[in-house]
Amino acid sequence: MTDRYDAIVIGAGHNGLVCSALLAKAGYKVLVLEANTQVGGAAVTREFAPGFSVSACAHLLYQLQPEVIRDLSLRVKFASEDMTTIALAADGKHIRMRGDSVEGVSDDDAASYRSFDKRMQRFAKLLRTYLNKTPPRLGTRKLRDLVTLARLGFDVRRLGKTEMREFFRLIGMNIHDEVDERFESPTLKGAICLDAILGTHLGPRSPNTILTYLYRLAGNGGQVAVPLGGMGSVADELASTARSAGVTIRTDMPVKRIVVDNGRVRGVETSSGESFESHNVISNADPKRTIFELLGARHVETGFARRIENIRMQGNAAKLHLALDGLPDIPGLMKKDFAERIVIAPDEHYVERAFNPVKYGACSPQPVIEMTFPSFRDSSLAPTGKHVLSAVVQYAPYASKDGWSDAARDTFLKDVIKTIAAYAPDIESRISASELLTPADIEREFHITGGHWHHGELTLDQFLFVRPVGGAAQYRMPIDGLYLCGAGAHPGGGISGAAGRNAAREILREKS
Amino acid sequence: MSPRSKHEVQQGRLRSPFHSRMQALDTLNTWHEWKGYTSPDALYCEDLEYFAIRNSTAVFDLTPMTKYRITGADAEAYLNRLLTRDMSKIAPGRVAYAVWCDDQGKVIDDGTIFHLRKGEYRLCSQERHYAWLLAAALGFDVSIEHETEDVAALAVQGPTSASVLRNLGVAGLDELKPFNLIHVDFQGEQLMVSRTGFTGDLGYELWITPDKAEALWDALFEAGRLHGIRAIGTTALEAARIEAGFLAAYHEFLPADETVRTGRSRSPLELGLDWLVDFKKPNFNGRRALAEEKRSGSTWRLVKLDIEGNKPAHNAYIYAKARGNRSEIGFITSAAWSPVCKQNIALGTVRTPHGKPGSTVWVEIYYQREMHWARKMAKAMVVDKAFWFPPRRSAMPPGPY
Repeated sequence: MTDRYDAIVIGAGHNGLVCSALLAKAGYKVLVLEANTQVGGAAVTREFAPGFSVSACAHLLYQLQPEVIRDLSLRVKFASEDMTTIALAADGKHIRMRGDSVEGVSDDDAASYRSFDKRMQRFAKLLRTYLNKTPPRLGTRKLRDLVTLARLGFDVRRLGKTEMREFFRLIGMNIHDEVDERFESPTLKGAICLDAILGTHLGPRSPNTILTYLYRLAGNGGQVAVPLGGMGSVADELASTARSAGVTIRTDMPVKRIVVDNGRVRGVETSSGESFESHNVISNADPKRTIFELLGARHVETGFARRIENIRMQGNAAKLHLALDGLPDIPGLMKKDFAERIVIAPDEHYVERAFNPVKYGACSPQPVIEMTFPSFRDSSLAPTGKHVLSAVVQYAPYASKDGWSDAARDTFLKDVIKTIAAYAPDIESRISASELLTPADIEREFHITGGHWHHGELTLDQFLFVRPVGGAAQYRMPIDGLYLCGAGAHPGGGISGAAGRNAAREILREKS
Repeated sequence: MSPRSKHEVQQGRLRSPFHSRMQALDTLNTWHEWKGYTSPDALYCEDLEYFAIRNSTAVFDLTPMTKYRITGADAEAYLNRLLTRDMSKIAPGRVAYAVWCDDQGKVIDDGTIFHLRKGEYRLCSQERHYAWLLAAALGFDVSIEHETEDVAALAVQGPTSASVLRNLGVAGLDELKPFNLIHVDFQGEQLMVSRTGFTGDLGYELWITPDKAEALWDALFEAGRLHGIRAIGTTALEAARIEAGFLAAYHEFLPADETVRTGRSRSPLELGLDWLVDFKKPNFNGRRALAEEKRSGSTWRLVKLDIEGNKPAHNAYIYAKARGNRSEIGFITSAAWSPVCKQNIALGTVRTPHGKPGSTVWVEIYYQREMHWARKMAKAMVVDKAFWFPPRRSAMPPGPY
């Protein structure tokens, strides 16, 4: 049986859902095919131990675009909003960061942080404007591209002479040099470095870590929130919005291939052998999977295939879920602090040292950790009196030099728990169940090549005009009827919905 | 040569397996570098060598030419994506002239593709393209092997070449059409004979294992003794190449991957190779850009010029008019006085819409006479056909000159 649709979206990740809902609102008959049983892609809430649920991949919301919320009239409920970041210090003198203020450091550092944050926010705001725009193509004479490019130039110029110079000085730089110059508190330096490197294959001394830091701020000024019911609730809200707009969503339907006929896309074929026809196929999958596994490299040209092949997308972030009998005792923290975002990156060198082994395919013996206790404010996630810990742990290699075995995962898990135990001595006794997803697990479970959050490293050579690759930055792939709407396209990862919204706009523009 | 040493950087020029034989005939000692090998400009007299191509038999060592072996289940599909022409039409035992482009539809190189046996190909080109060929192999079940050093090759070109090969004992020449290849036995080794060449004349190319190279040379020269067989160098071949209207990389075009500035590369449409581009194929490298170029028009056009006078128009600018507002419209890429055509010929590149066949352009020729420079505006006719295309080139069976 063959069904015809105006558009088929491969993958019900949050971007795929945003894109499908917007297309359906514009009158398209849209089908979404999801490989997993749950919608949401990396935005899912999942039971990992009896009675204990957690956001299985992305766990903090800091980038959901107001434009997306507005266009789809989304109602997202939060368990915690505008969270404080508590950076744990080895000596128990933890620091608290929120907005432009930081507590627990010297007055000099606090003042310096205010001016640092002001500048970063200014640059992030500039970046933010472009998250929701289609990047211009360079070298074309199309008016729209020229106007966007001119506006980008104008916006940078409008920063003023000094700030523009600072912008160009900083944009390709590493975060370490900037924080080392400004601050004296190692805990503060470590915490800022952590924000810059989370989800990347970069260390604080790697170039481009200012850019990744800005990207994190750009979404929503750096405000962090946890949705009620975990990240899955955002996906569920998106899915129900899409369904009520008329989108058909079918889960458990892995797409085997994109059907190409005479140089243009004709539809998709699922692993179960079902065919669906459409002249528009929109892939929420990452660029490598889309081109090499779903489409087939032979249907695109060599230069393009080579650029896709060369996208750097090795994930380093592992995800740790712990079922706890009760909250651990963290000396120096009050009980209400468990509602906040707690990070372990006691100094900038610690972060860089954690990065070292992963370059050679080994795990950090002392990893960098970002953890939350989502059940603290959200009783739906754990049985009464019990709690879950959700943590992003870096660095774990995607391609482990000895291969990822259960034993290797257990060793890493022990190291992670030992690292947490340095701050929460009783953590081990509280654990009743645990789950550790390595980048390889994330690749397998969420179908992201390399297990990389952003579907491709966020660096200047893979950003804006050249994301995912040069010549394909406007969501169209170089074969008629194929589009990209996921994190691999501009602007990048994070639960933002920007890529999905931008892609939908481009597809609709094509029609008109 | 062992597989290991093959991948090491060679120091000093390589010697072709025919080197000893060429050296024995060499009286001029003028050699140049050709893709790592030492190769003669000329061996005794470039004019006599040229006339060997046109009047008897010339033997040219083309071992240094880049050769790749392409095999595997997807070889045909791979080549169809790589090359602009339809490879499904090139049956086993056939050879095709081919051109390949980057994604922007600009020519990377041209060359010949030999369908040796079913699903087994050899791609010959001027330049090295291993990285590009490997990149093009993503998603295909093919193996690509650089085999330049593993194959010794000779071009045997000229009116008496068929007779020479008959004397050598090559059977089946009467049935061997232009762009066909056959495998025959030579002293227990397999000798491949293809009716191909770079001279625009009757001619063949011989391909054999390097171990048998010297024996082949000796037998060939023995067989050609009464047919005026001569070894030649690159200078003579270059003159014949221009007469035949063939393109050469770094003359008529720059390999697209070697250009930095925009507009310095050329598309096949701009090189007069429209007939090699098959838009019926759903996908090949450069298809989208070339379809757009076909729709909106090309910037450049390759022209063959028949120029008045006898001063070769080396490095000359081309103008639409001889005087008045005369901004240049292009330039000469290869030029020669053609002894066999008695014409002052050249290949050039001009901006469209200039250079339609049958139209007239002007060429500004600078030449030196007793140290003093002179300038001449020479009228040139744009011609359509190759300057030299004798009936014997494609005669069946080949004539017994």
